[in-house]
Amino acid sequence: MRISPKYTQIVAITILGAATVFTVAILIFIIIFVLEKGLPILSFNFLFTNPTDMGRSGGILPILIGTVLLPVLAIIVAAPLGIGTSVYLVEFTHESRITRLIRFGTDCLAGVPSIIFGLFGFIFFVTILGMGWSIMSGGLSLAFMILPTIIRTSEEAIRSVPKAYREVSFSLGASRWQTVRKVVLPNALPGVVTGVVLGVGRSIEETAVVIFTAGSSLLIPTSLFDSTRTMAVHFYILAREGLSMDNAYGTAASLIIAVLIVNLSAYWMMHRFIARRN
Amino acid sequence: MKIFGEKGVERLLSVVAFSAISALALIALFIFIEGLPFLFRYGVKDFLFSSDWRPESGKFGIYPMISASFWVMLGAMLVGAPLGIAGAIFLAEFTPKTVMHIVKPAIELLAAVPSVIYGFIGVVVLAPIIREIFGGPGLSVLAGAIILGIMILPTVISISIDSILAVPVSFREGSLALGATVWQTVHMLTIKAAKSGIVASIILGMGRAIGETMAVIMVTGNSVMIPNSPLDSARTLTANIALEMSYATGMHREALFATGVVLFIVIIILNSIASVAIRKKVIVK
Repeated sequence: MRISPKYTQIVAITILGAATVFTVAILIFIIIFVLEKGLPILSFNFLFTNPTDMGRSGGILPILIGTVLLPVLAIIVAAPLGIGTSVYLVEFTHESRITRLIRFGTDCLAGVPSIIFGLFGFIFFVTILGMGWSIMSGGLSLAFMILPTIIRTSEEAIRSVPKAYREVSFSLGASRWQTVRKVVLPNALPGVVTGVVLGVGRSIEETAVVIFTAGSSLLIPTSLFDSTRTMAVHFYILAREGLSMDNAYGTAASLIIAVLIVNLSAYWMMHRFIARRN
Repeated sequence: MKIFGEKGVERLLSVVAFSAISALALIALFIFIEGLPFLFRYGVKDFLFSSDWRPESGKFGIYPMISASFWVMLGAMLVGAPLGIAGAIFLAEFTPKTVMHIVKPAIELLAAVPSVIYGFIGVVVLAPIIREIFGGPGLSVLAGAIILGIMILPTVISISIDSILAVPVSFREGSLALGATVWQTVHMLTIKAAKSGIVASIILGMGRAIGETMAVIMVTGNSVMIPNSPLDSARTLTANIALEMSYATGMHREALFATGVVLFIVIIILNSIASVAIRKKVIVK
């Protein structure tokens, strides 16, 4: 018996559609699950008071500070390197064996598991360079990790600036670097910033790297060489050691909200960037 | 900005451009310095194929962890690859552009959910369900496979969509003009033309699955043993490093770095294959 192609198509679309709906449903489930349990715990007090009794009670103020400081440090280091790399790849060189090598290195670095960044940060920054478990070690290790994200996104943004813009600038007698600085980068800016924001997101989400390099101190850091912990690490420790389910959920909700804000603003910027381009 | 002349800027940028590859080299160097001497001293064969992991008596065989990593990864692929490819085909071929532009970022948002949250949901939601239906401890290879399968969905879907959309429209038009339905066109032509990109997405997914640490620690149970069934507890290579690093010293620590060496090599091999496959893009047979 031969089944009509029209019928097969309906069956196929139903199955494929179900798979897609299922995938989106998982995302919605995760967000709702965490927010439903965590939002009742969240309050001004929870966010801005010190934890007491190892985090069993009290708030997450030092953790909030750690969660801001680590990504900021990572970005300060990784953004110039990443944007510089992409400017070089797009504006200052032609496709060659060297650019292929740089791209291959970037792709491989993007695939390196976080536990390896953690091991490396522990042996290199914490031990050999003697920085100890600190914001410095953690921020630098995270910078290594987010470098590929920044390179890829800003490369795409810089590449999408129309050739004509550059030609006009050159024809006015501007040099290559003047053109990059005055024409290309300002036009690519929203796309470049998107890459940086995604890098912030990756740093906030990360746990393994931070545990190995920044430690897990609950004190408010007073210098870059103090240990700290981020929300992801705090949540992991609370949940795994069963210290306080309430505080774990509260931390998880703050974490998810932070991740959503960061990533949605990245999408929003990217969207505006593409809309303006077209 | 007159400090750097035109030439100076170019030279500076040409140095900066090597930051990513230098970072990769630096990471490889230090992981290898810490792990390789041990690997050779202990014996590569003994390290990889012995099932005896007792750091306190100087026994470092990581075969159980290799086996656990392999099974969890394989399970994750069985969950994530069909689901991801199906989603990618549906979004690329059967939905209007506007819908895709909303759903694709939503799916990519799944990649932004912290792995500790996945792990936690695995523990409080998934493990009890597995315990209820199949028995066993719940925290198992199966739980790890399902959670990782979900975690690799964004990788698989996003790269597959890109490679499906890269197939020229003229291919599809030719097939449709011959009277084929959209689905016939998709499974007889588009998927085949986009094959290398889809394969790359699966290989990158494998890399993510093998490298994932925190979620796996939370959901697979972490017993050092070769899993005999999907319901057994198991400890992956990554979990082994993360669990023991905090107190390991001497030989034990070197053995964990050697585990890192093994992991690093596997990941670089997978990435190299994927990057070759992605560069191939659309191949017309």
